Amino acid sequence: MVTNVTSFGRSGLSDWVVQRVSAVILALYTLFLVFWFAQHPQVQYEQWSELFKCTSMRIFSLLALFSLIAHAWVGVWTITTDYLTPLSLGKYATAVRFLVQCACTIALFVYLVWGIDILWGN
Amino acid sequence: MLTVSIYRYNPETDAEPYMQDVQLDTGGKDLMVLDVLELLKAKDETIAYRRSCREGVCGSDGMNMNGKNGLACITPLSETVKNNKLVLRPLPGLPVVRDLVVDMAIFYKQYEKVKPYLLNDSPAPAIERLQTPEEREKLDGLYECILCACCSTACPSFWWNPDKFIGPSGLLQAYRFLADSRDTATQERLAELDDPFSVFRCRGIMNCVAVCPKGLNPTRAIGHIREMLLHRGT
Ligand code: SF4
Ligand code: SF4
Repeated sequence: MVTNVTSFGRSGLSDWVVQRVSAVILALYTLFLVFWFAQHPQVQYEQWSELFKCTSMRIFSLLALFSLIAHAWVGVWTITTDYLTPLSLGKYATAVRFLVQCACTIALFVYLVWGIDILWGN
Repeated sequence: MLTVSIYRYNPETDAEPYMQDVQLDTGGKDLMVLDVLELLKAKDETIAYRRSCREGVCGSDGMNMNGKNGLACITPLSETVKNNKLVLRPLPGLPVVRDLVVDMAIFYKQYEKVKPYLLNDSPAPAIERLQTPEEREKLDGLYECILCACCSTACPSFWWNPDKFIGPSGLLQAYRFLADSRDTATQERLAELDDPFSVFRCRGIMNCVAVCPKGLNPTRAIGHIREMLLHRGT
């Protein structure tokens, strides 16, 4: 058992499941938007805001946003633990990796709050 | 004439590794790469490599031939040589002891982690623990591994985290004991594998499958472990 406290769910299995489920949700959301844009070739502000007035669209968007955040966290965490290691960076690896992970987590948090504000703010 | 380019490194005399080019007359025969090494060693006895059975059973002459890992003893020149050139390097990702000899300590450490032996807490029967032919069949494609390390040292995930990711070879063996009907420690074994590194560092690149000289499929075994973890965890 290899322990790690910075991964998303602390367990490899939960990270793996989160990564798959969030990928499916993001794929569905993308397909929906592509389909919607195909239906509305000359999209105007009115149609766009009409779409997002609908509560189910807001919930779907929020779900997609959560998925994106979780997916990005698992992905970034994996990349940092692959490439920012003592093998490639020597003794500063842990500090560099931790800082990069913190920076990414803060950025993801900002995007999350910002996204919620866009969807539910005025 | 065949040009053989060999990775040379003697830590006692060389500041750093270098490639040595040697010309060799193979007499037009389709030799095995190991035969080529033996011919070269007859000319220059300082060339170091591991070998033993010379028939693909012991797993000691795993090396990188023209960019692909394999066993020198069962790889014919016709299979690997391009433009009359043969480039021999040690298995990638492990510390080099000398020339083509690598330090396999970390590879064995990962193997040791999966407890590669039967664990059974029920009292031993008078003669032996029996299996049905179907139960025995589940071990096919798993028990044949000769621990040559060709797969793990071809796996990028193992290169990046050789101390944390068990690697295809160790995971194939982990599944060999998870799948064994005589083993009673399945839950304990799975609990040991449920972290983000041991199993889940596998990204399905399948280099391991491409190089295994015994034709085994570690990726499939890893998939089975993942399924077992999923059943246990959901
Ligand atoms: S399938 Fe998994 S274990 Fe095999 S080479 Fe790829 S990442 Fe490594
Ligand atoms: S799975 Fe194949 S390549 Fe890997 S150690 Fe076993 S025999 Fe060698």
